[in-house]
Amino acid sequence: MTALVSVRDLAVDFGAAPVVSDVSFDIEPGQCVAIVGESGSGKSVTARALLGLTGGTVTASQLRFDTINIADASPRQLQRLRGRDIGFISQGALVALDPLRPVAREIADPLRLHGSLTAAERQARVLELLTQVGVPNPALRASQRPDELSGGLRQRAVIASAIAMQPRLLIADEPTTALDTTVQAGILDLLERLRAEGAAILLISHDLAVVSRLASHLLVMSGGRVVESGPTEEVLTDPQHPYTASLIAAVPIGRARFERLTNRPAAAVPVESVVMKPHSVEPASTEPASFDPASFDQYEVLSADGLCKRYGSLLAVDDVSFSLHRGRTLGIVGESGSGKTTLARLVLALERPDSGDVTLLGEPWTGVPESARRARRPRIGAIYQDALSSFDPRWSVRRILADALGGSAAVPALLESVGLTPELAARRPRYLSGGQQQRVAIARAIAPRPDILVCDEPVSSLDVSVQAQVLDLLDDLQRSLGLSYLFISHDLGVVRHMSDDVLVMRDGRVVESGPTGAVFGAPQHDYTKGLIAATPRLP
Amino acid sequence: MKRLLAWIGVTALIFLLIAALAPGLLAPADPLAINPTQSFRAPSFDHLFGTDESGRDIYTRVIHGTGASLLIGVSATAIGIGLALVFGLLAGLGPRWLDFGTTRFLEVLFAFPGLLLALLFIVVYGPGVITSTIAVGLATAPGYARIIRSRVLVVRRAPYLEAAAVLGRGWWFRLWRHLLPNVAGSLFVLVTLGIGQSIVWASSLSYLGLGAVPPAAEWGAMLSAGRTYLASFWWMTFFPGLFIMISAVASTLVGRGLQERNRDS
Amino acid sequence: MAFVLWAVATVTFFAIRLIPGDPAEAILGGPGSQASAAALAQARADYGLDQPLFVQYLHYLGRMLRGDLGTSYALKQPVLAVVGENLGGTLLLAVVSLIVAAAIALALAAWSAQGGRVASGVSWLLEVIAAAVPHFWLAISLILLFSTTLGWLPPVSVPGPIGLVLPILTLALPLSGFLAQVMRESILDAIASPFVLAARTRGEGSGGVFWRHALRHAAIPAIGLAGWAFGSLISGAVVVETIFARPGLGRSLLTAVQQRDVPLVLGVVLVVALGYMLVTTLTDLADRLVDPRLRAS
Repeated sequence: MTALVSVRDLAVDFGAAPVVSDVSFDIEPGQCVAIVGESGSGKSVTARALLGLTGGTVTASQLRFDTINIADASPRQLQRLRGRDIGFISQGALVALDPLRPVAREIADPLRLHGSLTAAERQARVLELLTQVGVPNPALRASQRPDELSGGLRQRAVIASAIAMQPRLLIADEPTTALDTTVQAGILDLLERLRAEGAAILLISHDLAVVSRLASHLLVMSGGRVVESGPTEEVLTDPQHPYTASLIAAVPIGRARFERLTNRPAAAVPVESVVMKPHSVEPASTEPASFDPASFDQYEVLSADGLCKRYGSLLAVDDVSFSLHRGRTLGIVGESGSGKTTLARLVLALERPDSGDVTLLGEPWTGVPESARRARRPRIGAIYQDALSSFDPRWSVRRILADALGGSAAVPALLESVGLTPELAARRPRYLSGGQQQRVAIARAIAPRPDILVCDEPVSSLDVSVQAQVLDLLDDLQRSLGLSYLFISHDLGVVRHMSDDVLVMRDGRVVESGPTGAVFGAPQHDYTKGLIAATPRLP
Repeated sequence: MKRLLAWIGVTALIFLLIAALAPGLLAPADPLAINPTQSFRAPSFDHLFGTDESGRDIYTRVIHGTGASLLIGVSATAIGIGLALVFGLLAGLGPRWLDFGTTRFLEVLFAFPGLLLALLFIVVYGPGVITSTIAVGLATAPGYARIIRSRVLVVRRAPYLEAAAVLGRGWWFRLWRHLLPNVAGSLFVLVTLGIGQSIVWASSLSYLGLGAVPPAAEWGAMLSAGRTYLASFWWMTFFPGLFIMISAVASTLVGRGLQERNRDS
Repeated sequence: MAFVLWAVATVTFFAIRLIPGDPAEAILGGPGSQASAAALAQARADYGLDQPLFVQYLHYLGRMLRGDLGTSYALKQPVLAVVGENLGGTLLLAVVSLIVAAAIALALAAWSAQGGRVASGVSWLLEVIAAAVPHFWLAISLILLFSTTLGWLPPVSVPGPIGLVLPILTLALPLSGFLAQVMRESILDAIASPFVLAARTRGEGSGGVFWRHALRHAAIPAIGLAGWAFGSLISGAVVVETIFARPGLGRSLLTAVQQRDVPLVLGVVLVVALGYMLVTTLTDLADRLVDPRLRAS
């Protein structure tokens, strides 16, 4: 059987050094080939090279789709190819549809451009396609605009548009990024069905677990090169290249608590030395001085009782209670709209609960005026998903940390404690990488020596290997500082790895809670069971 | 390219500042000296920009008018931005009812577009340099106020203000250390762009005979005087107008340059 | 809208009371007129100036509601008649200028969306003109070029379309610079956006991308500028009508300001405010038409 797509020695450059080089692979009809890599690995550029849409200079000894040589094709030939023979499911499901046009128009575009159907026939075909990709009530959905659709429906509409002309090759560039776990599972099932029906699929993803579910063949890219390739099973179970091995090791799914995700040893920096301000009043002075988590986890640092918060008609948080002990992590897992971020804001006393209380270190926290809280604010810190926007754009790293520490003398030591070099102090956060930004955010959060850190999706926008480093760092800090974490994430694998206890939230309510092992090992609630089933895992 | 343009703007601005602060360096002659035998001379080597109806050298007058003209632009901008700051901060920082009231009030002012508000002010207080300067300031204030208000609202909702609250920083700390400095950054751009606009507006009023009056060596007044002779002696209006344009272009280029830099950093 | 109109009328009414000096004197030709005490008293009675301020204010509002804008001091004609006489000329000027400006802006935006140095150079030049060139100076330069030097067009406005060319160019060029600037920015944003990449992966060509996607996104900020553009056109009309000696609302306003003809100034200002509000209402409607997201909320 001859390959539908054949790529040999592909290189792409944008004037300077090549961003992709020496990439070779074949895709056969009915086969799913995946390219895995982190941001900047060149995987998306490789995919776009097949459509002639890189915007750079493409060279290859072979870049063939069926009988067409893409490298030599005229713009007109390429336009005929796109949407008709090659369907593209774009990255960023939420922004891939024109917000000003009805969904039906976007789906009908390939039909209009490549087919000879009348407007009425196209409309009928759009409804057919929407049904095919599992959109309920297609007639209504077709007339709506993207912003009236949920993320999952939008991604289904994008897929409907890509398969409108029944292309022989589907390129899916991060098709499930930013989607909820259960939605992601549905999209992956749909792609699998299309493959079974005979389409060739090129899947681009940063997520090894997603890839392992669909692809029979795997390419691992790093720095614009393929570092390893082979049958998926083989690559994942017996990686030959150290980069592949580290990528697999970085996946937190199914990894025990405190097990390291990177090969770096636990931080050697004596964190105690950088944490300046000793609290004048130690409410926990009766507890043992040792930082052995096992010995002081009886002390309750934070508790919530019957928290409710309503926005208009939406009950964002509905009767949530929990208790967090010293040195432990309480994971909160839920999909978008489950109320987990609102819960975080209530705990941080940034919002006032409609009813219920939060108690911090044994004293009332939400029920008292802000002036009574201010002195105790340093005891509870926070890190967010978007670390960058939590920094004043005018401030350098040094000023941010000095402000949090109350003096700049300890800034270098603080930076080292989070694994950053002191030279970074002079820079502004926007010139740092995503991982470095999150480390600075963590440094700022631990500077006032808090007892509790609220972590709201702290690793969700980071690459897998960076995510692993940040998670390891959080583990180190927890053990050396005796921190307690309220760890919020949509990612079941991450929560499972990080938490001692867990709350599963849905529509503002806690559907299940308990020790992590018990909840995930033997889920009682159907929602939890579904969530666990939908989470992709490594073979 | 953008950088180069910004530097051209800076150079032009420096030239204008020299002309404003030490006009004698660039044009040693007396801007008010009349010479009836030399009236209405076209531009030549003797009189670079020609002469006016009394034989005064237009080049000398334009250079010596820089100070007064820039002062009008700067004062009008100061008035406009000052008023806008009060309204913008009140609306952006105050309670909801205050924002509502201020926004409605600005909406009413917007119904008097541009020059109209200035003309209304002049009809009440009469023409002249001071009234036309205030009029321009008043007329530009609603636009600035709207920009400042929306900027304040954006910064007020910024996650870094919340991060400061989590660190236990009080309202005043957040206001002085975070909010105001971040609003001020865009204010600087507004001021630079605004000075050019104010000079253009004030000169339009002068041209219509409602601003500075001849024989003062001020660009607007020179325009006003030259208006009568527009058909036959174009240089009387052209060169003062050219300098108005140069200052407006310079302020626009520098303002845009600053804007780009703000965007980058 | 009714609120804004009422507020505008109120603001202008009280603004006028701030005028130093006796309004009766102004009616009789200003402080230099040496009017007799009897004549002043007569004028006060005629114009209702002898009544308490509040009563005057109510009378004023009542007359506004009936569409009576008072009588011009200088022309001794009803303000409404003067405004009506001059409105047409200014409207024609403004509307044609707006169309010309929009056409230039659209062409420029389409051209510079293709990339290319010449296109961005020309649009940059127009942007600078828009920001930095006073209307009167542009008018003078155009007259110097097209009338004095080339002799193609008349230096003052003559009846017929030929007389409209220079006034319209004077108003349209700066406006098109502003419009082109915002349109260009949003077109470039749209072209760089993921949904345009998605459209291209479906086989859409660059023409299709421009007409089906980018243009609509560019229209949104341009429509948002409509209220401002109206103001700028009216302000410009004051200058342009004066320079080209064209009868119109702008020139009447300037004359009225120079003569301190308060009722006429008020009348024109109110009519312009009304026009402004009509434009913003239309803008809202157009916004909803172009941007479905607004319709939903």
